[in-house]
Amino acid sequence: MKAEAINPTEVKVKKAKKISALSIMMREIVKDKLALFSLILLAVILIIVYGAALLLDQDKIVTVDLLSIYSPPSAEHLLGTDYGGRDILGQLIIGAKNSFTIGLCITLLTGIIGLCVGLCAGYFGGKVDNIIMRIIDFIIILPTLMLIIVFVTIAPKYNVYTFVLIMSAFYWTGKARLIRSKTLAERELDYVQASKTLGTPNWKIIFREVLPNLSSIIIVNLTLNLAGNIGIESGLTYLGFGLPESTPSLGTLVSYASNPDVLQNKWWIWLPASILILVMMLCINFIGQALKRAADARQRLG
Amino acid sequence: MIPQLFILSILIFALAKAMPGDALTGQLASNPKMDAQTLHELKDKLGLLDPPYVQYGRWIKGLLHGDLGMSVMHQVPVTELIAGRIWNTILLSAAILILSYLIAIPLGIVGGRWTDSWADKAIVGYNYLTYATPLFIFGLLVLFVFGFVLGWFPTSGSVDIRVENGTFAYWMSKLNHIILPAFSGAIISTGVTIQYLRNEIIDTKIKDFVKTARAKGVNESKVYSRHILRNSLLPIAAFLGYEITGLIGGSVFLESIYGYPGIGQLFIASISQRDFSVVTALVMISGLATLIGTLLSDIILSAVDPRIRID
Repeated sequence: MKAEAINPTEVKVKKAKKISALSIMMREIVKDKLALFSLILLAVILIIVYGAALLLDQDKIVTVDLLSIYSPPSAEHLLGTDYGGRDILGQLIIGAKNSFTIGLCITLLTGIIGLCVGLCAGYFGGKVDNIIMRIIDFIIILPTLMLIIVFVTIAPKYNVYTFVLIMSAFYWTGKARLIRSKTLAERELDYVQASKTLGTPNWKIIFREVLPNLSSIIIVNLTLNLAGNIGIESGLTYLGFGLPESTPSLGTLVSYASNPDVLQNKWWIWLPASILILVMMLCINFIGQALKRAADARQRLG
Repeated sequence: MIPQLFILSILIFALAKAMPGDALTGQLASNPKMDAQTLHELKDKLGLLDPPYVQYGRWIKGLLHGDLGMSVMHQVPVTELIAGRIWNTILLSAAILILSYLIAIPLGIVGGRWTDSWADKAIVGYNYLTYATPLFIFGLLVLFVFGFVLGWFPTSGSVDIRVENGTFAYWMSKLNHIILPAFSGAIISTGVTIQYLRNEIIDTKIKDFVKTARAKGVNESKVYSRHILRNSLLPIAAFLGYEITGLIGGSVFLESIYGYPGIGQLFIASISQRDFSVVTALVMISGLATLIGTLLSDIILSAVDPRIRID
């Protein structure tokens, strides 16, 4: 089993010299029909959402229209209206745009923090590593969801930026841990030692030499985290502790379902948003799984 | 564990201080004409003017004696409020854990034993789906389909109020109310267990001791049930403690979707009503539960794996 596993890898490495990591990832996605379908579907959803959000007049959507409260889907309102007579389709588009953007922001911010902390802890080791790992161990055992809700409630001048910061403050630890362990292994390899002997400064070794070798793992982790973050954000908004009211998210639409009457009789309000969250998360996850296989030569399909 | 608990308590105390309102806010509301002088005296009497470390010491002392303060909203001791609900949450969490293992372990074994069969592919697909689905959406859909459209199960509460406490009907009603939330929580949390178990079995079944067992003539089903499964279940057992963290987060969602009166719902209600003494107590209890869970995992892990034992 072991011998089998090593041989194809070596062949791949020789071949892969001229092939960039990006094209390996693309090839893996194309080979995996489900991932390819997910990628296309996600791209279509995002183009529609971001395109339509540009054309839509947000003021018109949030204006209360008392004449058409809870009207079911019709030609005028394709997905009906909510308790304030506001168009659901418009809210869905703006919500999807906000949810995705916020999810992306949190992912990037946690990525940057996790990357810097993880690389430093793994590369330097010793005391730095010890202190950082103590902090991470402490944050990991916290009841995260409850603390985020508490922070959201007591934060002064609460807005979208505060929300992103609060979320990022709790969710960078997993990434930092992963990157640290990979850096720790990378540090022992000969090329790092050789570079050190040549007198390359540490920051250059970290960012120019170690980082590119970790890039595929980081991309996979970020992709899978993006799906998770969209889920957590809409979940918190569903509970009423996510995005502020001025920035509706998909969770806002789902939260109308906490009214049993809406849940039971007015499916057009909450069901489309739920399905959209589900579809986006599934698509991102399928793409992430394909990228995961691409990052590990032994699991590749082609 | 002790230093972590200590830092956690400081963090929560600092948060409690940052929360608007203190023990006096409730009294102030009932007596708005209180003048500044009386207010100052009352604050002094309650020790709210002492330096923070003195207040912290007093808070910890109360905590250790089981005194978590008064709920401003309900005007009852926080301990009483929590004690009335914590059993519901423990019951729900236990039901989720048991159901989740009942579903995950057979699926993991099938997936690991017959790798790449159609059953395995179906299990992997199921795994992707449950892994990607957020709990609150799944919970809502399950509630909508089984609670409202089909009407098979009650849609809120933890027990029918018409039945008498302690009777058979009471427990049946409790069971009937717990099925939907437990089922949705369990389905979503199976993913990790299945994946671990499946990978573990795939790794174990090519090891030498399994070959030896086969060479000795042990039949195939016994090789799996006795030799492989025993070794593969160890990491799952060790994961048990970490599951507690997930259950606490999950209870907040599940209880507010299903209107189930546990501590998750109490937490959301209290924070919406700005009843911060309850909030502080609940965060502290959840922190403690998470810590105990982590500790439990470490203990199980070192018990089953001699290599990481600390002597």
